[in-house]
Amino acid sequence: MNTIFEDSVPGRGAHIVEGDPEAVGKTIPESLRRSAPADLPQCSELDVVRHFTRLSRRNFSVDANFYPLGSCTMKYNPKFAEHVASLPGFLGLHPHLAELPGFGAWVQGALSCLFDTERYLCEITGMDAFTLQPMAGANGEFTGVSLMAAYHRSLGRRRTIMLIPDSAHGTNPASAALAGFDVLDVPSEGGLVDPEAVARILSERGEDVAGLMMTCPNTLGLMETHLPAIVEELRKADALLYYDGANMNAILGKMRVGDAGFDVVHLNLHKTFGTPHGGGGPGSGPVGVTARLAPLLPGPRVVKGNDGVYALEEIPGSIGPVAPFHGSFGVILKALAYIMRLGGEGLVRVAEYATLNANYLKKRLETVLDVPYGDLCAHEFVASAPEGLHALDIAKALLDRGIHAPTIYFPLIVKECLMAEPTETESKQTLDEYVDALADIVDRAGKDPAFLPAAPTTLPVSRPDETTAARHLRLTLDMA
Amino acid sequence: MSQTPTELRYTKTHEWLRQEGGEAVFGITWFAQDALGDITYVELPRCGDEVKAGQPFGSIESVKAASDLMSPASGTVIAVNDALENAPETVNADPYGEGWMVRVALPEKAGLPKDLMEAGAYQAHCEKEH
Repeated sequence: MNTIFEDSVPGRGAHIVEGDPEAVGKTIPESLRRSAPADLPQCSELDVVRHFTRLSRRNFSVDANFYPLGSCTMKYNPKFAEHVASLPGFLGLHPHLAELPGFGAWVQGALSCLFDTERYLCEITGMDAFTLQPMAGANGEFTGVSLMAAYHRSLGRRRTIMLIPDSAHGTNPASAALAGFDVLDVPSEGGLVDPEAVARILSERGEDVAGLMMTCPNTLGLMETHLPAIVEELRKADALLYYDGANMNAILGKMRVGDAGFDVVHLNLHKTFGTPHGGGGPGSGPVGVTARLAPLLPGPRVVKGNDGVYALEEIPGSIGPVAPFHGSFGVILKALAYIMRLGGEGLVRVAEYATLNANYLKKRLETVLDVPYGDLCAHEFVASAPEGLHALDIAKALLDRGIHAPTIYFPLIVKECLMAEPTETESKQTLDEYVDALADIVDRAGKDPAFLPAAPTTLPVSRPDETTAARHLRLTLDMA
Repeated sequence: MSQTPTELRYTKTHEWLRQEGGEAVFGITWFAQDALGDITYVELPRCGDEVKAGQPFGSIESVKAASDLMSPASGTVIAVNDALENAPETVNADPYGEGWMVRVALPEKAGLPKDLMEAGAYQAHCEKEH
């Protein structure tokens, strides 16, 4: 398929300039005018419509296909939430309006939505306060670890080490390093964080350890059953415990991380609370904290006066804003709509069905792939490609069946790893189709060695050369 | 090419060490490069840097993963394989030869770390990880 630039024909266009184009151009001061015409494609309206319609048909999305991407919670994004976020009163709202003196009355609805979302997230997680500012998971992580650093600083001490389990998401060490911490690996034992390893590190370096970043259930889809012992060790050293909300889908309404001893949590509204992501929209990564960290949260914050009026308030000890305005406001609205529509009962069922679906899939796949860990999993699980086959090849072959590839080669501690998270929104029929597709792929690979390396054969692009792309990075677009 | 040359010593984290008098050369093993897949980037220390046994002396990236390179022994870096900067694929093609990473001057008198493995023990270690 051509790019829109390749479809360009000099002189073709679909615009009409009122009056004399030369004269219109001269209304712009000479110093601001281009010296040469912009290099824009010249196409008719029909050319443009056909080009982008064709391109859009190549989109792969949850609305069209199964998307079992591990650790990413690609669930269906219900359309009523889109409707709510598209209401004209929200859509046309100017973010500066709330700050203009006397205009508070015009934004009461928007502020109440932010206030209510924070309250719901506190209730769901057992935390005392939330900031909705962070605009994605990594932004939330950076905010969270910055809050941990600020907490220790506020007590007049310098803690330089962040503990990260070896099964962690790659963003955890990256966020900690970006906030200035030295990262120390915590080894796993049987797929779980080893409390003895944590104790050993704390007994040697306790005065330097700011905290531990955990994902629970972890990236292997296993509940961290040693959590109470780990919390106890951290408390002794006054080190903080961070909850990476990537896998929150498994515990909604079942476990409140604040009650379990976590001090800081980031949630991915775009995963757990059903808003589009992965090319479908921006993220939102609110951060919740316990009372002792609340005075450090990014400001300004929405407060509700005794008269029921919402207002914005600066926080004197705040680490400062981490995003423009109030974060991804539209995404927050969709998440609020999702939470209110499902209610407490519905949110509990999200976790139950997500876990049930993952366990059903895991059980059925035991005869197709190597499934190394445990009897039961949470909302996702890891498997290894059968001996002699590569995870990458199986993932590519799935694309030919109209199924998105699972996450591969993550976590790093599992060989030829394929990690699937079916989510609660998929039916048993879809899960069965996935198992049948995988079984057929593995079967054909055994009979015909040329089958897997050739896949995918039905897509516009077969196998991009990832190695060359990584070895010869080109981050600029050469238009010539 | 032997996948586990007997004249080398190995770490649990799949680096190798070749002792040459008071010096030692480090690299990663055939098993490591095979597990990583196509290597896209190798970050190495500079000459004069001190490296410590069991601590990272650099990092390596492949199409699958980024990992630390753990130092098999302590010492001072006296040579670095700069060719890997533009040709990281050499580590895949020849991990024990042209794909070497650093040459280190070992401190006088101090022996090699005791947890380094001989070829046989390392091979058994790899089979366990398999």
